[in-house]
Amino acid sequence: MIRADVKLDTLGYFCPMPIIMTSKKIKELTLGQVLEVVSDDEGIKKDMPAWCQTTGHEMVGLEEETQNASRIYKAFVKRSK
Amino acid sequence: MGPTKLEPAVALAELQESKPDRVTSVVLSGDFDRVMAAFIIATGAAAMGMQVTMFFTFWGLNVIRREGATSGAKDLLRRMFGFLNKGGAGRLPLSRFHFGGLGTSMMKRVMSQNHMPGIAELRETAQDLGVKFIACTTTMGMMGVTKDTLIEGVDQLAGVSTYLAEARHGSVNLFI
Repeated sequence: MIRADVKLDTLGYFCPMPIIMTSKKIKELTLGQVLEVVSDDEGIKKDMPAWCQTTGHEMVGLEEETQNASRIYKAFVKRSK
Repeated sequence: MGPTKLEPAVALAELQESKPDRVTSVVLSGDFDRVMAAFIIATGAAAMGMQVTMFFTFWGLNVIRREGATSGAKDLLRRMFGFLNKGGAGRLPLSRFHFGGLGTSMMKRVMSQNHMPGIAELRETAQDLGVKFIACTTTMGMMGVTKDTLIEGVDQLAGVSTYLAEARHGSVNLFI
């Protein structure tokens, strides 16, 4: 279980919205804080690490779970710059 | 802030800030699906910290024309062309299955049911994220598209050398 400081709900949004919402939200965090991005778009499993690699933030982890018969992904991103 | 500037991570961030990856796209198509792909790539790239320029030409100009805008051209032929080829992000047809508007409106309904942003929303998001819009002057002239019928926030009216000046620094250059 990873502890997040801020949570961002992107449920129901498809690419590129979760990434765009993340790029806006991360600016509200202070350095070292962790953002939890909740998404039901499977693409986030690949997209979020790629976004972190390009922007220089740290991908802390990814969790998957089933909620109401649908897959939910939780990506944890640490503001690193 | 003083001492933190010496940290490698900060130095790297500053380097990226001053010389980010560049993405350019030529949007020649005015098809709903192609334009949507262009905006998804542009907004995605901008969200990744890349510097993005979109160059609109030919039918792509319809994307950055005001809704239902016709033409302010002086001569009849071009004004007529501008009238027949109505602009606006909401009027773009699908490249396939348009079916006189029925297919496109069905697609739009599916999209809005699924929280997917339409062309106008994507265009606004792109502008919010600092994507630069350039309108091609040559095709504007050919197609009777006048400056007063374009949306707010078109950064430049320019030609091929402006595009190439941007594209030669681009790591991703797309023709759509």
